[in-house]
Amino acid sequence: MVPPVVALVFSDVAGIASTSVGRTGARDGIRPGASPIPRPSVQTNSELADRPHTRRDPLPIRHERPLALAVTGSGGNGALTAGMILLAAVARAGLYGLLTRSAGPQIRGGESAAMLRFGPEPLACIGDRIDLLLALDWANHLRFSEELPLARTSLVLADPAAGTLPPVIAASGAALHPIALRAAARRYCDGRTNMVAVGVVGAVAGLPLAALLQGAAESLAPKGEAIVTAATACIRAGFAVVHGEATVTAAEASCPPAALARWNISGNEAAGLGALRGGVRFVAAYPITPASDLLEWLAPRLPRLGGLLIQAEDELAAINMVIGSSFGGVPALTATSGPGLSLMSEGLGLAVASETPIVVANVMRGGPSTGIPTKSEQADLDLALYGLHGDAPHLVLAPLDIADCAFTFDWATRLTERLQVPAIVLSDQALGQARAICDPPPAAPALAGRERAVPGAGGYARYAASIDGVSPMAVPGEPGHMYTAEGLEHNARGTPSSMAADHCRQLDKRWHKLVAHNYGPTWADIDGCLDSHPAALLTGAAPGGLCLITWGSSRGAVVEAAERLRRDGWLVRVIALRLLAPLQQAALRAAIAGAGAVLVVELNHRGQLFRYLHAQEVLPTTARVLAHPGPLPLRPAEIIAAVQALEDAPVA
Amino acid sequence: MDSTAIPSLGARDYKSDLKPVWCPGCGHFAVLSALTRTLAFLALPKHRIAVISGIGCSSRLPAYLDCYGFHGLHGRALPLATGLKAARPDLTVIVTGGDGDGFSIGGNHFLHACRRNLDLTYIVMDNQVYGMTKGQASPTTRPDWRRSRLTPEGTGMQRFKPAAIALAAGAGFIARGFAGDPNGLSHLLAQAIEYPGFAFVQVLSPCQTFRPESREWKTRVHPCAGAPARDPATAAQLMLTDDGMALGLLYAQVLPPFESQPRLEGDDLAAIEAEFAL
Repeated sequence: MVPPVVALVFSDVAGIASTSVGRTGARDGIRPGASPIPRPSVQTNSELADRPHTRRDPLPIRHERPLALAVTGSGGNGALTAGMILLAAVARAGLYGLLTRSAGPQIRGGESAAMLRFGPEPLACIGDRIDLLLALDWANHLRFSEELPLARTSLVLADPAAGTLPPVIAASGAALHPIALRAAARRYCDGRTNMVAVGVVGAVAGLPLAALLQGAAESLAPKGEAIVTAATACIRAGFAVVHGEATVTAAEASCPPAALARWNISGNEAAGLGALRGGVRFVAAYPITPASDLLEWLAPRLPRLGGLLIQAEDELAAINMVIGSSFGGVPALTATSGPGLSLMSEGLGLAVASETPIVVANVMRGGPSTGIPTKSEQADLDLALYGLHGDAPHLVLAPLDIADCAFTFDWATRLTERLQVPAIVLSDQALGQARAICDPPPAAPALAGRERAVPGAGGYARYAASIDGVSPMAVPGEPGHMYTAEGLEHNARGTPSSMAADHCRQLDKRWHKLVAHNYGPTWADIDGCLDSHPAALLTGAAPGGLCLITWGSSRGAVVEAAERLRRDGWLVRVIALRLLAPLQQAALRAAIAGAGAVLVVELNHRGQLFRYLHAQEVLPTTARVLAHPGPLPLRPAEIIAAVQALEDAPVA
Repeated sequence: MDSTAIPSLGARDYKSDLKPVWCPGCGHFAVLSALTRTLAFLALPKHRIAVISGIGCSSRLPAYLDCYGFHGLHGRALPLATGLKAARPDLTVIVTGGDGDGFSIGGNHFLHACRRNLDLTYIVMDNQVYGMTKGQASPTTRPDWRRSRLTPEGTGMQRFKPAAIALAAGAGFIARGFAGDPNGLSHLLAQAIEYPGFAFVQVLSPCQTFRPESREWKTRVHPCAGAPARDPATAAQLMLTDDGMALGLLYAQVLPPFESQPRLEGDDLAAIEAEFAL
């Protein structure tokens, strides 16, 4: 890392103010060495200068890792693009990263924020606070300020020309540095303030210029060479604001090594990829936030694998279309969010009764009703578990992080084909619309595929009982086993029947095939489990033997909290459930056994997993829950606080 | 098609051994017979046919055929068939159902199936009543029909005009048949199955139990005047002004069939995964 060569000092001294950037050296383009070092313009009469916490010392470069930064603005002014470039730069700097976003429901003009956390280890959680905040403007800051917690150690960069400083920023105690973003943008790059911001924030975050430029080139390549060239000029200008121009020139030569083994992928893309890996070749769906980008990723790629995607007229159509495709032998998926899943309930029941394998991705958002479409919540577990009428056993899974979306959707697809049953996979906005620099996700365990009918004597009985409950499934086009798939209760041959014996036999068959299957070790991710601390876990003594149970996207914050607790001497295991139904009760009880305290952690109002686990009789009566609704994510610090509160409570 | 590889089949070969649940005298018997005769006439291999239905008396039809079938959800036969046909364009996919299933609970799918123009044949057995739920008014029931306890004063609602709505929604093949004219119906069904797109056949199919007055339909039906309309304006005029009893091919126009993006074999997943590599 190159230390800053030129220290920029903010001052109210009039003489320095007179050298402010933006009015001097108006030359074409940006040629290293050809123009004076851009300096922040000092607003002698600005509010900023009057703020008591506004620092006058040099801009400190933030070398701590992991580091969380945010670029905020109004919809359309490029905060999210800046975030994408910074993520790509982080990758080129050889680091891991997690990019989340906050956006309002407006198409343009609303609030938008990109939040990036990066460091030398993989990250699945945005952390407790924003260390470095750059505001492109303050127009809509209040709408997401609660999603951007600042500490006294945080650093806020803002252009004094960006508008009135929100009181919430001043109240945070964070250090504030004025940055002449707009002046530099006007001078160098037709006003693309967000690209100057990439240079500024990248420099303050300690990222190499070459990584930033390469990140911009990769992210903006689809927009054309002219855009990349303009962005390059802006990023250089922003970088020079922090480091001085001599550094800009020197850094050009030092291209960082690329970490080629890593991926840059979003949760929705990973989910789509997992489905393709599992064999999905047909998708039908109705657009809905935040699932649409999963579909938009799949639409042009399915035909490359011989498949196709249909935009359905509604979710009722979508789920029936995928049932039709799967009946025809082509594995199928639909993707939706909570309101759409509600509409699909009847179709899910048909898939259960007719034993047709399908995958339903639910990229969860805040509910009920239209709720909070652009923001995350884990509040559809009840619907996924219990939302079908009749006794309708089915699979419910949840990916645990962005890369795990690929694994879990892959596995879910294979399970549905093996078991001839629908699966609901509960991703959420926090996974789906976030991107990570991560290691390539592993493939799901191989499973025997769909059992096909073979010619035999005595005619074909589609729904015949079998040892494992799975019966061979004929595919239209095959002679010899024509049958009618049936949503009415039926006998072994598929003939409608309302007789009690047929009903019981088919209910038993459909339940048995799910519980008889050996799901292997991937039903959960268990961290620090029995193998690592066997003796201590079995003592069950507080403060050792703490068991944190979670599911889906909350795992990242729980794992990070657990790591910090372990550093403080706690003995902690984390059980993150990937397979929620059928619940692996025996394995889960064994994994919990010996724990002195159990805390269930999830992002919904009243603890849906907690109540489910109690109903399934796997939790000790002393178990507690930390649940709060979205859209604010779970933070490691609040989990640690909840654990510490447990310690104070009496433990049986 | 491998139809030449199999022995020629008679209409009876397309029937399963299940006894229909329909009441004696139900029009649907004649539709079933007309359909099996058509399938035999077209010499379609049984295993390459899939008949998809929703819920209702007429939706029981697939199980009475010895083909592949799917007896799905009320109102959702068309999307299920759409998924099947899109995934398996090699199959002959036929959709059967009633007026309540297709025009009320499934009305939205009807519109969009017409627009989408997949190569499906949609046979609606229209008896102007919900039979399976014991005699309620359907979308094609007259507004002043007072025989249902659910709407004792009648529905007061305009009748649904299936042909005109199909036309407005973009269907390219619209026909009307009558269960009491099985030969004419067979002829229409053969044309519909061979039509390269979404073919809609409304079949007037009397319900003896809840609409005994529909026995009189045989005196009211009449052939539609002239050749089938080829331009939508003429067809609309005909469909909006006729008495709903004109039989025959009402409108036929070859339209661009549904095509998704071209489907390519040969690419592999590794090429797609490579997009994510740094």
